[in-house]
Amino acid sequence: MTQVYGRVSRGTIFAFLGPAVISLAVIGIVPLGFAVWTSLRDYNLTKLAREKFIGFENYATVLTDGAFWDAMGRTFTLLAIALPIQIALGLGIALILHKPGLGYLKTLTRLALVVPMATTYAVVGLLGQVMFNLKYGVINQILGWIGLGPYDWIGDPDLAFAAIAFWDVWQWTPFCTLVLLAGLTTVPSEIEEAARLETKSPWTILRHVQLPYLFPALTALLILRTADVLKLFDMVFTMTRGGPGSATELISLLIQRVGFRAFDQGLASAQAVILLIITIVLARLYIRFFYREVDR
Amino acid sequence: MSSDTLREPQSAGAPPAPAPAPARAAAGRRTSANPGSRGGAWGQILLLALVILFCIFPFYWMVTTSLKTQIVALQSPPAWAFTATLANYVEVLFEDAVSATLINSLIVAVCTTLLALALGTPAAYALARFQFRGKTDLWFWFITNRMVSPVVLALPFFLIVRMLGLLDTHIALILIYLTFNLPIVIWICTDQFRSIPKDLDEAALLEGASQFTIFRKICLPLAMPGVAVSAIFSFIFSWNELMFALVLTRSDAKTAPAMAVSFMEGYSLPYGKIMATSTLIVIPVIVFALIASKQLVRGLTMGAVK
Repeated sequence: MTQVYGRVSRGTIFAFLGPAVISLAVIGIVPLGFAVWTSLRDYNLTKLAREKFIGFENYATVLTDGAFWDAMGRTFTLLAIALPIQIALGLGIALILHKPGLGYLKTLTRLALVVPMATTYAVVGLLGQVMFNLKYGVINQILGWIGLGPYDWIGDPDLAFAAIAFWDVWQWTPFCTLVLLAGLTTVPSEIEEAARLETKSPWTILRHVQLPYLFPALTALLILRTADVLKLFDMVFTMTRGGPGSATELISLLIQRVGFRAFDQGLASAQAVILLIITIVLARLYIRFFYREVDR
Repeated sequence: MSSDTLREPQSAGAPPAPAPAPARAAAGRRTSANPGSRGGAWGQILLLALVILFCIFPFYWMVTTSLKTQIVALQSPPAWAFTATLANYVEVLFEDAVSATLINSLIVAVCTTLLALALGTPAAYALARFQFRGKTDLWFWFITNRMVSPVVLALPFFLIVRMLGLLDTHIALILIYLTFNLPIVIWICTDQFRSIPKDLDEAALLEGASQFTIFRKICLPLAMPGVAVSAIFSFIFSWNELMFALVLTRSDAKTAPAMAVSFMEGYSLPYGKIMATSTLIVIPVIVFALIASKQLVRGLTMGAVK
């Protein structure tokens, strides 16, 4: 009976899936086609009279444009700095929460972890402006108590980059914690208890017992966070607007600036299409890797 | 959960230690409940307190700054004790039309969530239950939509929406927010439908019920936890969205985050007003998230820990 079940007519399948597929195609694929079309034209919102088909000229411009690759570089640098810190901190906190005991405090911690994740990204950036301010900011005040600073977090290129990295860590460490905590609960307790009888070293247990079970969670974090950092816009836009100079201009901010502040939609579309290709390639690679872990 | 979610990952080397006798395991559990000294426990308490402080402090600072006058907000060093005032809230709500933008955000978030659920739950049901060619590819395609940077879609959407004369309308935002909400609904609900025993469907099928009746009368009610989680996510993502709102709205359909950003034009920043608006945006989401935190965490991690 189970064999028969699930084989339904095409009409039924279409009735269930059609609306979702059609709407996502219309609002997802049509704009993409439009972006490709725009990327092949000289399309500047302030000089529409000049609009014409120019082939791959925009792509040639983008691929040889230092600003584009710098923004890409910054995006991946942010990922390379923030992600390991988030995962290390997240793992540390998850391991504490995974230990038995301290029930009430742990519930409280779990609730506290929800706060950064639920905070609107744009607000996180605005809050960053307030807290990292050179003169009025509380971060410099706190650093002052231990004899450091003051630092011009928003005004200095390196520090501004550090500040957005720190802020990303603040917002996303809780997420890493919760995902890794869920991963830790997949370790069969008999195996974990047996290992604890063999060794007292938490490090050995982590490496040889827990880590294999954490692998899917770690892969998932890599996928989700990479996609998020490639998309990251709100927090950085509201905190630094990509500045000072272009010190925190990540790829989404660059495209937004070219398209909506310089109004060169043709060039911005070409950048967007290249970003899309990079995203899809990464997503496919990740998904293949990820699902090999799960399905086989 | 489907059987593969519970499978033990074996691929990463490190053979699992042999399973002990149950009695030994129970003994081990008891001893590991208080493994170290008192100092260990105090260390844990201290670390957790630091984690709580780390998570909560920016939120605390936002709320207190929103209660400061501009003069106090610009005090250097920052003031910890001050006379609180609601003046910023009065000003943003009644003079700066933040209330209108909050209503816009609410309209857009509720409508897009309902639409995503209406379109997404049948699709998720089909992906969970029916066999057909290209199913996996279709599922991947749905999920990949979630990974596309909004800026990629923002450009063409702006041009299309302008062409259709829909700039600065709710409908434009509601539709485009489907690009990230529909995949979330489908992802979470597919998983939820898979966890419902197929026997129920089969019994109903033998009774002569149609697939649609089975979906609506039997499976959908049972899938409510998953539907609720995806609704919460969909609402929060739409409520928080900034880029499309910046690009596609001017005044009539302006959402609250876009409004908060507009306070930053110019040099003297009205910190109190910015933080008051931020608090008004964030408090509902955080309250919502705290109430639903169990489900929320489950939803966040369910895709991740397979």
